[in-house]
Amino acid sequence: MNSSDTMNITSLLIASSLVLVTLFFSYFQKLKLEKDIIISVIRAVIQLIAIGYILEYIFGMKNPLFTTLLLLFMTFNAAYNAAKRGKAIRNGLLISFVSIMTGTLITLIILVFSKAIQYVPNQIIPVGGMIISNSMVALGLCYKQITSDFKNKSEEVETKLSLGADILPSSIEIIRNSIRTGMQPTIDSAKILGIVSLPGMMTGLILAGTPPMEAIKYQIMVTFMILSTTSISSFIACYLSYKGFFNSRKQLI
Amino acid sequence: MSLLRFKNVNFHNDGTTILKNICVDIETGDFISIVGSSGSGKSTFLKLCCHLISPTSGNITFKDKSITEYNPVELRKIISYCFQTPYLFGDTVIENINFPFSIRNLKSDAKKINELFSMFHIPADFLNKDVKTLSGGEKQRISLIRSLLFEPEILLLDEITSALDVNNAEIVENVIASLNKKGMTVLWITHNPEQSRKYANKLLTLEASEIKSLEVLA
Repeated sequence: MNSSDTMNITSLLIASSLVLVTLFFSYFQKLKLEKDIIISVIRAVIQLIAIGYILEYIFGMKNPLFTTLLLLFMTFNAAYNAAKRGKAIRNGLLISFVSIMTGTLITLIILVFSKAIQYVPNQIIPVGGMIISNSMVALGLCYKQITSDFKNKSEEVETKLSLGADILPSSIEIIRNSIRTGMQPTIDSAKILGIVSLPGMMTGLILAGTPPMEAIKYQIMVTFMILSTTSISSFIACYLSYKGFFNSRKQLI
Repeated sequence: MSLLRFKNVNFHNDGTTILKNICVDIETGDFISIVGSSGSGKSTFLKLCCHLISPTSGNITFKDKSITEYNPVELRKIISYCFQTPYLFGDTVIENINFPFSIRNLKSDAKKINELFSMFHIPADFLNKDVKTLSGGEKQRISLIRSLLFEPEILLLDEITSALDVNNAEIVENVIASLNKKGMTVLWITHNPEQSRKYANKLLTLEASEIKSLEVLA
């Protein structure tokens, strides 16, 4: 396979017969997943075709303003989903939006200024998508951890408050623990790169004919940018959200 | 002038009345024992004193000024609350002892620490001990030292000797009594009838969320 090869429809249809294998297993093992499998396959095909057309249209638009608006739209959607994971977080949507946007902005600025990528839709949109979605997952984990810690460690927080500590020193261990939780999956997956897993993006590049060493360069960039964005977003989100667990009289609520 | 005054204070939580129509004056230098059955609102009363919680209605004044006019963080530095179950954070005793200094941006005062350690019969090498290895009595004494490092004006004690053996309880009682003699105001929740009258000049009895009596002791 080389980069000039394109998959024809017949090959794709034959490859699609793999779905029948899954259906066969489900039926044979009485897993009762046939309906779900069929729905998910149809949805995947329709969604991917739709996004294919949309991306072709977007990549054709060379207007940076349009690209920026699309990034903002992606960020808002990610923030909305992250906020849903942290229902106990006061102003969760705003905090998530600010956190993800800042993390994404800093990472993209570094990537563009270092000339690792260009500010063109076919590079910014996929890269932006990767870092925004990873930040969203990290924020969801942060929110879950910070909420459960404020519930389970209220004794520690109240002890520190009763000693005359302000709300930040009273919550600092919870904040640190939540940031760690948000970043841990990214750090763990970076540790096993190449040993346990060949990431999807790198595999995709190699399948498309890119030499492995070139694909690895991109993967290193992707790994670093995801690490950077998740750490910035988790840090901002936790430091903005902890205050919501106290009232104006600095009492734990 | 009352040091701390409760005027028609009510506290409700999730629709349940915890304290009802509390009116009490606490004078400088008072040693008040607070007694009452479980659930009568004793701990809530102490938490209201140090502004860890706010009343649902009514007023609390400290030195004739509403408690809400004070910076809550500064207020808790001078009205210190010791929990029934001491909570030591971090890994070692020194982290707990250094905490009150670090929140005031001060270097730890070895002289003051040694003085309090000696008052509570704790050897100096305890500073590096792992908090997980401490007994209940040791934890409670370390927790008290942590609260006393900056000599609060009012000390609120929530059944602090209930889990201590006789010797440890006596050490703690003697230290608290001597601090009270030096002018520190003490409010002490206790279930021990003998302890409640031994050092106190007033006995506050709470029953069914209300003050049943405030007895001045001889």
